[in-house]
Amino acid sequence: MKFVDEYRHGDLVKPLAERLRNTTITRPVRVMEVCGTHTMSIFRSGVRTIMPAGMEIVSGPGCPVCVTSASHMDAFIEMAGKKDVRVAIYGDLFRVPGTHGSLAQASAKGATVDIVYSAMDALERARQHPNELVVFLGVGFETTTPGIAATIMAAARENIDNFCVFSTQKVIPGPLDALMQDPELSIDGLICPGHVSAIIGAKAYQPFVDSYGLACVVAGFEPADLLKALLLLSEQINEGTPRVDNIYPRVVSWEGNQRAIAMMDEVFEPVDMQWRGLGVIPASGLGIRDTYRQFDAQKRLSITLPEAHEPKGCLCGKVLKGITTPPHCPLFGTRCTPATPVGPCMVSSEGTCAAYHKYGQSESI
Amino acid sequence: MCLAVPMRVEEIKGDPEDFTQDQIARVDMDGVSTTVRLDVVDRWPEVGDYVIVHAGFAIHSLDEAEAKKNIELIRELASHMPPELLMADGS
Repeated sequence: MKFVDEYRHGDLVKPLAERLRNTTITRPVRVMEVCGTHTMSIFRSGVRTIMPAGMEIVSGPGCPVCVTSASHMDAFIEMAGKKDVRVAIYGDLFRVPGTHGSLAQASAKGATVDIVYSAMDALERARQHPNELVVFLGVGFETTTPGIAATIMAAARENIDNFCVFSTQKVIPGPLDALMQDPELSIDGLICPGHVSAIIGAKAYQPFVDSYGLACVVAGFEPADLLKALLLLSEQINEGTPRVDNIYPRVVSWEGNQRAIAMMDEVFEPVDMQWRGLGVIPASGLGIRDTYRQFDAQKRLSITLPEAHEPKGCLCGKVLKGITTPPHCPLFGTRCTPATPVGPCMVSSEGTCAAYHKYGQSESI
Repeated sequence: MCLAVPMRVEEIKGDPEDFTQDQIARVDMDGVSTTVRLDVVDRWPEVGDYVIVHAGFAIHSLDEAEAKKNIELIRELASHMPPELLMADGS
């Protein structure tokens, strides 16, 4: 995989790093990334340590597990406890706490919880266990939704009756718009998520340039990608020329992945969705259309979302909005650690709290 | 979790227009072979192309030339730097 190694090569990275270090920002600015993989890559590569003076980088609601509401977690756990139900999940969800316990604890008490790599694997479990109802818990953004849509369409084609999906799938532009309207959070630039953008296209950010004058750069995950993204954001902000720059054209096009979008539209429709920390945002989620209602776990099992409470003292909600950083949370590093997580941002391997804890940065924002 | 590393397509099963059959590719990453779904890939790949994979589904296909072109763009940005910085600590 030689050509990927080249993105990490010193010849490429060092000059970009020097240039970023020597960049002068004409006024204090704040940029946000909204992708868990960007969060981890920014910490791991040490990019935070060479940020130009006056430039701050904050993490937004880009980690799907982290933004899953406690009510949804409670509903997942309740469902896993039902007779003849087998829930299939992405591994990151296993230890996320709800109001009372996690799926891991439910599993220890006898609930059937399978960790799968893909929605298609969950459908395979349904084929293998015809006497159980396999419920796939859809937790993710536009990157995972098309694959889940393809899986539901495959289940429909094959008439697999013992499979359904509990969708908490979310879209990225909706919450970004809500955040941009928040007076507490003043954001000048955005590092747009790489793979979400591969699906929705770089054009999805043009409205943020037009409405909020937001500088936008669509970037990949390598150090060179991130350094270049920060350089271009500085340039756009300094020159007062906000626009959408796409520096990940090897994966992201302006229009996006039309095949995936068509498949998503076939199966899913916009619904109001509850986000941890952000509340209910109109049309920010994706529910299963009536045509495919037999695969909608919420309709099939008549699930209503219980009222849930955030863990006391936990600041995940504020961390997800970028208005505070983990070291300001009274639980961070004491009651809440990767081994004994209280909030979702510490559980997920891509959560902001986990990143701060792992890489030991405690600078204040 | 976004896995940015492209995987090389070694073998393809299925037809882009026929959704009644499985659409699968066998891919290789650093000698490790695995299978991925092609249901939602933007462009149907050919053997020898690369795919970007997310949660078991290929979401984008690219050929090697496309990938290299992008590297050139970054090199170009780097080439505007003074040569002494390019030599920084010899690595």
